[in-house]
Amino acid sequence: MSVLFLLAVLAVLALTGFVLGRQRALALVNQDMRQLHSLPAYYGWHGVIMVAVPALLVLAVWLVAQPLLIQAQLQSFAPAEQAADASARTLFMDDVRRVAAGLDVAVAAGALSADQAQGLASGTVDVRAVLAGVGVALGDAVSPAVLAAAQDYRAKAAWGALGRTIVTLALALGGLAYALRITTKTFRARNRVEAAVLGLLILASLIAILTTVGIVLSMLSESIRFFSMYPVADFFFGLTWSPNFRGNSELGLLPLLWGTLYISLVSMIVAVPIGLFAAIYLAEYASRRVRAWVKPLIEVIAGIPTVVFGLFALVTVGPFLRDYFAQPLGLGDSGSSVMTAGIVIGILNIPFISSLADDIINAVPQSLRDGSYGLGATRSETIRQVVLPAALPGIMGAVLMAASRAIGETMIVTMGAGAAARLDLNPFQAMTTITVKIVSQLTGDTEFNSPETLVAFALGISLFVITLGLNVLALWIVRKYREQYE
Amino acid sequence: MTDIPMTADATPLKGSLLVPDARTRRRNAAEARFKVYGIAAISLSLVVLAIMLFTIARDGRLSFTQAYLTFPVMLDPAVLDKDGNGDRAEMASVSTIGYGRLLDDALVAFLAQQGIAVAGVDADGIGDLLSKEGPGALRARVLADPALLGQTIDLTIYASGRIDGYLKGRVTMASAALDSNISPEQLQLADMLRDRGILTTGWNWGFFTSPDSSDQRPEAAGLGVAMIGSIYMMLLTALMSLPIGVAASIYLEEFAPKNRWTDLIEVNISNLAAVPSIVFGILGLAIFINFAGLPASSSLVGALVLTLMTLPTIIIATRASLRAVPPSIRDAAYGVGASKMQAVFHHVLPLAMPGILTGTILGLASALGETAPLLLIGMVAFVDNYPSAPLEGVLDPATALPVQVYSWASRADPAFIERSAGAIIVLLGFLLVMNIVAILLRRRFERRW
Repeated sequence: MSVLFLLAVLAVLALTGFVLGRQRALALVNQDMRQLHSLPAYYGWHGVIMVAVPALLVLAVWLVAQPLLIQAQLQSFAPAEQAADASARTLFMDDVRRVAAGLDVAVAAGALSADQAQGLASGTVDVRAVLAGVGVALGDAVSPAVLAAAQDYRAKAAWGALGRTIVTLALALGGLAYALRITTKTFRARNRVEAAVLGLLILASLIAILTTVGIVLSMLSESIRFFSMYPVADFFFGLTWSPNFRGNSELGLLPLLWGTLYISLVSMIVAVPIGLFAAIYLAEYASRRVRAWVKPLIEVIAGIPTVVFGLFALVTVGPFLRDYFAQPLGLGDSGSSVMTAGIVIGILNIPFISSLADDIINAVPQSLRDGSYGLGATRSETIRQVVLPAALPGIMGAVLMAASRAIGETMIVTMGAGAAARLDLNPFQAMTTITVKIVSQLTGDTEFNSPETLVAFALGISLFVITLGLNVLALWIVRKYREQYE
Repeated sequence: MTDIPMTADATPLKGSLLVPDARTRRRNAAEARFKVYGIAAISLSLVVLAIMLFTIARDGRLSFTQAYLTFPVMLDPAVLDKDGNGDRAEMASVSTIGYGRLLDDALVAFLAQQGIAVAGVDADGIGDLLSKEGPGALRARVLADPALLGQTIDLTIYASGRIDGYLKGRVTMASAALDSNISPEQLQLADMLRDRGILTTGWNWGFFTSPDSSDQRPEAAGLGVAMIGSIYMMLLTALMSLPIGVAASIYLEEFAPKNRWTDLIEVNISNLAAVPSIVFGILGLAIFINFAGLPASSSLVGALVLTLMTLPTIIIATRASLRAVPPSIRDAAYGVGASKMQAVFHHVLPLAMPGILTGTILGLASALGETAPLLLIGMVAFVDNYPSAPLEGVLDPATALPVQVYSWASRADPAFIERSAGAIIVLLGFLLVMNIVAILLRRRFERRW
C-alpha cells in the first residue's frame, strides 16, 4: 500500500471515528445531550484524534527510520575497499538505490516478473540492457555486489511497506476502539480535545526553535567536515581566495570579508543620511497630506524584490558609473564594482532606515520639543540638539540592523559586484562578497565532499554569526540606552 | 513683591525687531537648509525609484511584442512522410533538421516568387532570418495533425532574435556589421520584408506561456514554467505557513505562560526575521535535499524554504491582530461559559482574521520576490518541461519568476536583458495585485474597537 493511499485510508478512518464517537456519546444518553459532559462534537473529535494521532506519529517515525535501517544493513554488501571510504560508500548506495528503482520500474512495466527481478544474477543477464529496455538509463554495468544489494533492498523495502501498513492500520483501529470504549456520559471529551489542540499549538510554536536549530546544526556539521579537510587558520586568516575544483584551492575568508564590509560601508554612506533626513522631514516638517502620500511611496522601494535592484545595478547603475566616473577618472573599466553594488544596496536600505527612524522620532515626546521651542530654539536646532540625541539609541539600532541587511544581501551583489575576490581600496573595482561565493560554490551539480563545496557552509556560518551579532548588538543598544519617558 | 527697577542705563536694543540681525539670519538660513536637506533626501529616493521603474518598463515592454514572419509553406509528403502511409511513428523519424530545411526552402522560394532579393544574401542568409524554434513548432503541429500533409499552409513563425532586435531598435546596421550572426544586408532584406507585410510585429503570448529556451533562441523564451513554479510555491507556502503561523501565534499570545521557554521562542522568532535569506537556502539544501532526499529544483522544497522564511512575518502580524481584539470579547465569551480554547477559536480568531490575512498576503508577497534561497536549492537550473499537475507536479523541477529574472540577466545575449525586464514587469504585476488585495481587505474589514 503506498503512503498516499495509506493516508487516504487513515482519513476515512478518522471520519468514521468522528461519526461513531459522536453517535456513541448520544446513544449513551438517549439523544439527550444535556446529560453529556461535553458537546457531542467533542466526542467526535476525540475519536478523530485517537484514530489519527498515534497512527500518524508511528507512520512518520517509520518513514524516517526504515531507509536508515535498511541502509545500515546494506553496508555489508559493499566491497571492502568501498566500505572504507565515506564517499565511495555514498556512491555505492546511490547505485543500489538506482538499480532497485529501475527493477521496480521494470516490474511495473511488465518486462520482468517479480520473481525474475529477485532471481536475476548479473552473470547470466545484462541487467543494464534489461533496464534500458524499460527506459531506465544506468551509467555503467551493474556489478554483482550492487545487484545483490539492490535485490536485498527491494525485499526489505517490500517487507517494510507491508509492516508499515499493518502497524499503522492496527493503531488506527485500536485508537478507534479505545475512543469508543472509554466514552461514557461523564467522559471529559472537551478537556481531552483541548489538551490535544494545545499540544498542536505548542508544536507549531516550536518550529521557530527547530528552524534555528536546523540552521545552526546543518551549517555546523558541514563546516566541521570542511575544517577536517582544510586548516581553520588558513580559512579565517588566508589572504587569497582561489577555489580550484581539481584540488589545491586557497580558500581564505579575508578577501571576501573585505569586499562584504567595503560594499556595506558604501551602502551605509548612501542609506544613513538619505534615510535619516527623509525620516526627519516626514516626522517633523511634512504636512499630514504630504506624509500620507510620500511615506507609502518610499515604502514601495522596500516592497520591490531585490532581484529587480540587481538588474537595475547590472543594466543601469553599473554602466553609468563606469562611463561617467570610473573611466574618466582612470579608476577601472568594470561595470560591476563596489560602488555599483554599494549604492544600489544603499537605495534598498533607505526605506528600512527611514521608516524605523520615523517611528523612533515620533516616539520622542512632544514635551521635549515644546521645552526647546520655549527656549527660543528653531525647529532644526530642536531636532539636532533635543530630538536626535533622545532618539539616538533607537537610530543606532536601526543603522546596525540595516548594516546587517546589507551584509546579508545576495542578489544585488551577485549581479552588481563582480566575482573576483580581491583586497583592494579602489571602489570602482569589481570585488566579491561572502554571499556571492556561497551562491557560486553551491549552485550547479556539486558533490558534497570536496572542500571547495563545503567551504560554502563555513562561509554561511560566518555570515550567520556576523549578522546575528549585529542584530543582537542593535537590540542590546536599544534596550540599554532607551530613554524611558513617563 | 518687588519689581526689578528699570535702570535707565540699560542699553537699548540695536536695530529693529523687523530687521533680523546677523545671528538670526544665520540661524534661519540653517533652518531653511535643514529643511531642504530633508526634501532633497526624499526627492532623491523617489527619483531613483522612478528611474528604476522607468528603465524596467522601457526595456521590458519590448518583450511583450515579437517579430513574426508569415509565408506559405507546402508541407511536402515526399519529405515529411517518406512512406506515405501517415504513420505517426514513422513521421516522427523526420527530425527538426528536415523541417528546418523545408522551412528555409519555402521562404527562399516565396521570396524569389515575390521578387525580393538583396545582393549578398544567399539562401542560407535568408534561412537565418527564421527562428531556430520554428522547425520544432512546425513538427509538433504536423505530428498532431497529419492531415496537413500535402497542403500549403500560411505559416506565422518567430523571426530570429536579431531581426526582432532590429525591429525594436536593439540591433542597428552598425552593430550588425560587427556581428557574426547577422549582416547589414540581411537587415536590408528585413526592411523590404517589413514593407511588404511579410515581417510583422505582434503581441507575444508565447512570452507568458512558453518555457525557457536555450541561449541561441531568445525570441522563444517564455515565462510559462516560471509562472507555474511560482504559483505552486505560493499555494504551498500559504497552505503551510498560514496554519502553522496562526497556531504558533495563538499559543504565544493567548496560552503561553511567561517563562524562560516562551522568552526563548520569542527571541528566536525575532532573530529569524533578521537572518539573511541565503542562510535559509543553505538550510533547505542541507536538510530538505541532502538529508531528507527531496528532489532538488522542486516547488515543494522551494515552498518549504519560503515557509520557514515567511513564518516570522506571519507570526508577528498575527500576534498584533490578536492583541488588537479587546479583552471584553474574551470576557463576554467566558461569561456565557466558554472555555479558554472556545473563546479563542470561536470569537477572538474570527475577529482577528482580516488582520491575519492581510499580514499573510504581505508575507507571501515578499516570499514571491525572494531569489537567493531558491538559487541554492537548484531552481536556477534550465527547465524546459512544464511541471505536471498537482500533486506530483510539486516534485517536478520548476523555476520561479524572480529566479528567471536572474538567469536571463546573466546570459550573454542582450535580447535576454529585455526578457528579464519583461519578467520583472510580470513579477511586479503579481506583487501589485497581492498588495492591492491586502489593502482592500484591510479597508473592508478593519475594525476600530
